[in-house]
Amino acid sequence: MTTLARAPTATATVSGPWRVRRAGGSGPVMGAAALVAVVLLAMMPVLVSEADTTLLVNFFVLLTMAVMWNLLAGYAGMVSIGQQAFVGLGGYGVLVLALNGFNPVAAIPVAAVICAVIALPVSVLLFRLGGGYFAIATWVVADTAQLVISSITSLGGGTGHPVPGLSSMSPHTFAETTYWAALAVVVISLGLAYGLLRSPLGLLMAAVRDDEVSARSAGARVKATRRIVYVVAALGCGAAGAILAVSQLQVQPSSIFGIQWAAEMIFVSMIGGMGTLEGPILGTIIFFVLQQNLAQQGAWYLIIFGGVAVVVAIWTPRGLWGAVRQRTGIELFPVGYRLQGGAPRSEPGAQLLEGEPPPPNGPATGLGMLWHRLRS
Amino acid sequence: MEWVNAIVQGILTGGFYALFACGLSLMFGVMGIINLAHGDLAIIAAYVAIALIPTTHLPMVWAFVVIVPIFAVGGYVIQRTLLQASLDRSPFTTLLVTFGLSVIIENVLLEVFTANGQSITIGTLITKSFAVNSTITISYFSLTVLGVAIVVLGGIQLFLSRTSTGRLIRAVADDREAAQLVGANYRHVFGIAAAIAFATVALAGLSYGTLTEFVPTSGVTTLLFAFESVVIGGIGNVWGTLVGGVVLGVSQQIGAQINPAYQILAGNLVFLAVLAIRPRGLFGMRTA
Repeated sequence: MTTLARAPTATATVSGPWRVRRAGGSGPVMGAAALVAVVLLAMMPVLVSEADTTLLVNFFVLLTMAVMWNLLAGYAGMVSIGQQAFVGLGGYGVLVLALNGFNPVAAIPVAAVICAVIALPVSVLLFRLGGGYFAIATWVVADTAQLVISSITSLGGGTGHPVPGLSSMSPHTFAETTYWAALAVVVISLGLAYGLLRSPLGLLMAAVRDDEVSARSAGARVKATRRIVYVVAALGCGAAGAILAVSQLQVQPSSIFGIQWAAEMIFVSMIGGMGTLEGPILGTIIFFVLQQNLAQQGAWYLIIFGGVAVVVAIWTPRGLWGAVRQRTGIELFPVGYRLQGGAPRSEPGAQLLEGEPPPPNGPATGLGMLWHRLRS
Repeated sequence: MEWVNAIVQGILTGGFYALFACGLSLMFGVMGIINLAHGDLAIIAAYVAIALIPTTHLPMVWAFVVIVPIFAVGGYVIQRTLLQASLDRSPFTTLLVTFGLSVIIENVLLEVFTANGQSITIGTLITKSFAVNSTITISYFSLTVLGVAIVVLGGIQLFLSRTSTGRLIRAVADDREAAQLVGANYRHVFGIAAAIAFATVALAGLSYGTLTEFVPTSGVTTLLFAFESVVIGGIGNVWGTLVGGVVLGVSQQIGAQINPAYQILAGNLVFLAVLAIRPRGLFGMRTA
């Protein structure tokens, strides 16, 4: 109650009600910039060599995974270390469809949707466990998926299987097609995440992450919200796996279900900054620079990257982008809200917002905003 | 008779899984930390033995006597530094940090010891066994591990219920703030709990390394077995974990009897079935 008593004097110099603004406020400018960036990236196969586009495909694949993991952990508070289950199932989805005469490239979205469908019953089982036990259970699911796929001899068992239907393309067309497919997947993933976070659901997600109990008591449907996020993340990771199957021309269980996917997507998000959309982009860029320079030293790039991620998690949990945003206030993807101005009104809604006063003009907490929404 | 043998062997491995699991349960129960590097720590213990025995010519038993206390001290130090720092952030952070540790440990072991399988050799003891009948033979070492598991689980139970330090641990686990108000230094208590957990993990790792061949990535597998035993038995139940381990061990052996490739898969499926039918585990006392 001390905050409530103190608040009026603190804000007495400013008059008028609280105003809620979408953070950023430069929507059209940023939108145009994003469009230019996408067009530039789409022209890359013409501008750079095939080796570079192959590298970019891997970049897009990891970025897609990182965006999805960030939705899960950074926004919905679920630590999954088993997203490679859907990477693998996406890859094998493409293989199964291609073996049945589908065009492998056209099979990418279908395989992603199959992953989302599988994620729904899986989430029912996983959501029975909380926090850390949820995390290990996702690992069990990934392990099970890999073991089941490895035991199917028609899919090549443990040694894997080449993806048919790609040899008809010329190497040049193949490189271009894979590149554009990967670009489409990452752009759609980012767009989906951005749209999701700006929707009322995004608000719910932030509220659930910030304080699950309070969110529930405010009427938020916690499980349903988390389930939607889990299914979307499976869709995205499935699409990433499908791209991998096409770009590598084959799938092999221990590689496509590998724990290194989980490690990379997690480290990239942690270092870049969880709970921001820009973070995974920054993290993926750093990861690729490091990997390119340390590739000769075996697994050391992963060891160094993991070490940095641990340090970041403890000392700057908002990651590098969080630090950048704190200094400059730049937001490429404005998904938060800001509270501006305002002497407190005497109605209870305003008091509830004051109960957890946000920093002046800073992003409001998800929970505070949820209260605000519910009252208006 | 082969099936009976599968069940007998499953029970023997079950005790070993419970030994793995008790450290995991203890750290979760007391500190709310799920240590995702749990399995990798066990594999470190096994590699330390591999590196230590040829250079010092210590007999295996003495390696146990040396490595287990080292791990206990290491557990206390890591808890007071890295784990406490991440716990001060949030339980969420401890997950990320221990996952990072797990990946780092695995890859460092890969760089140092390569991906070739190794195992701890203890001379003739490992091959000695007695035959119950023509198909069932029981190895003395497996039986010893089962015995050690029961002694360790019982010992932890007794320690927690009878000694003053045990009471302190339970008090802090119940209500950290209240325990602090009456003078308990919860950080120190957390350190003690971690020391016990790390000692059991070293014991489990050394047994594992003696029983089977291991590689740097074996840690993941062992973490999953430990975790499955905990959930099948019911979270927060010491003897439930032993039963969970036995159920897991038996299902794996029966799966392997059907087809050697189904060993781990069978265990995973039983785990998922328990999660679907009895989410609180066979002897669960509270929800996860």
